[in-house]
Amino acid sequence: MASAARKYSVLLPTYNERENLPLVVWLPVRSFEESGNEFEIIIIDDGSPDGTQEVAEQLIKIYGSDKILLRPRAKKLGLGTAYIHGMKHATGNFIIIMDADLSHHPKFIPEFIKTQKEGSFDIVSGTRYKGNGGVHGWDLKRKLISRGANFLTQVLLRPGASDLTGSFRLYRKEVLQKLMEKCVSKGYVFQMEMIVRARQLGYSIGEVPISFVDRVYGESKLGGNEIVSFLKGLLTLFATT
Amino acid sequence: MTKLLQWLGSLALLGGIWAALMLDLVGLHAFSPSWYQVLWALPTYLLVTLGCYSLGVVGYRLATFNDCQAASLELQAQIREARADLARRGMKF
Repeated sequence: MASAARKYSVLLPTYNERENLPLVVWLPVRSFEESGNEFEIIIIDDGSPDGTQEVAEQLIKIYGSDKILLRPRAKKLGLGTAYIHGMKHATGNFIIIMDADLSHHPKFIPEFIKTQKEGSFDIVSGTRYKGNGGVHGWDLKRKLISRGANFLTQVLLRPGASDLTGSFRLYRKEVLQKLMEKCVSKGYVFQMEMIVRARQLGYSIGEVPISFVDRVYGESKLGGNEIVSFLKGLLTLFATT
Repeated sequence: MTKLLQWLGSLALLGGIWAALMLDLVGLHAFSPSWYQVLWALPTYLLVTLGCYSLGVVGYRLATFNDCQAASLELQAQIREARADLARRGMKF
């Protein structure tokens, strides 16, 4: 092979995802096997009481411990530290982060990889707001909040990427490591901060339109608290970056 | 420079130009009194225009937000396929 070997590490932070996990592993494995790309899937489970880890063990038996890695933590510690934890065990030079609740379809991973190669991007971000991107399972109110929040973010931060709160992305490993050192926010704001800091540090960002299908199993969450913390985070980024 | 400072800077610049024209600090005497009525209300017009533009953009994007029905159906089908395949390989759900 002429170019340096590429390996993709998919980080899957989970908490009570026993229903979704087999599917969210099966789908990318199939797609990686079809494309022939080197890969590994790292499951970072935060001590789920529902048996997510047993499911992961079964998947390791089926696919092999070189392809599926379970790197659990004792309790729920948040997304940011889950990525740091997962990266410690990642052997790929590219990291893919996605939600483990099937709202992010692994079929887009080959498109992320293709876009990254074409533009030699440091980051490729999935976007619900461009091209064929979109959502499923959201009512009008939720769509309005999402569009409004996105518009406000674009106006205030001019981030040069159309979907800041999404969490389906591909990073060069060293870029993600660098960003993890810089980012301090939590939740939605954490995803926003990653893009804003990436721009500050001069990293290039490509985009792939994705369809976001809201949770098939389990509860989806968007409460008043989330809106307040989103606004707080947005204003913090507005004032500090 | 933070985004906040960029905004404050731009606003101060525009506000400065506006105030200079309103108070005729440049000494141009370029405007007739009827012009001053327009100039006086200009910031309000701009604000209202901006608000309308924002509502228009958000409304348009809301109306054209793709509803990915096909993606959902595809996923449902793949979930059945995946479960069958995994069960065949010895997975206990």
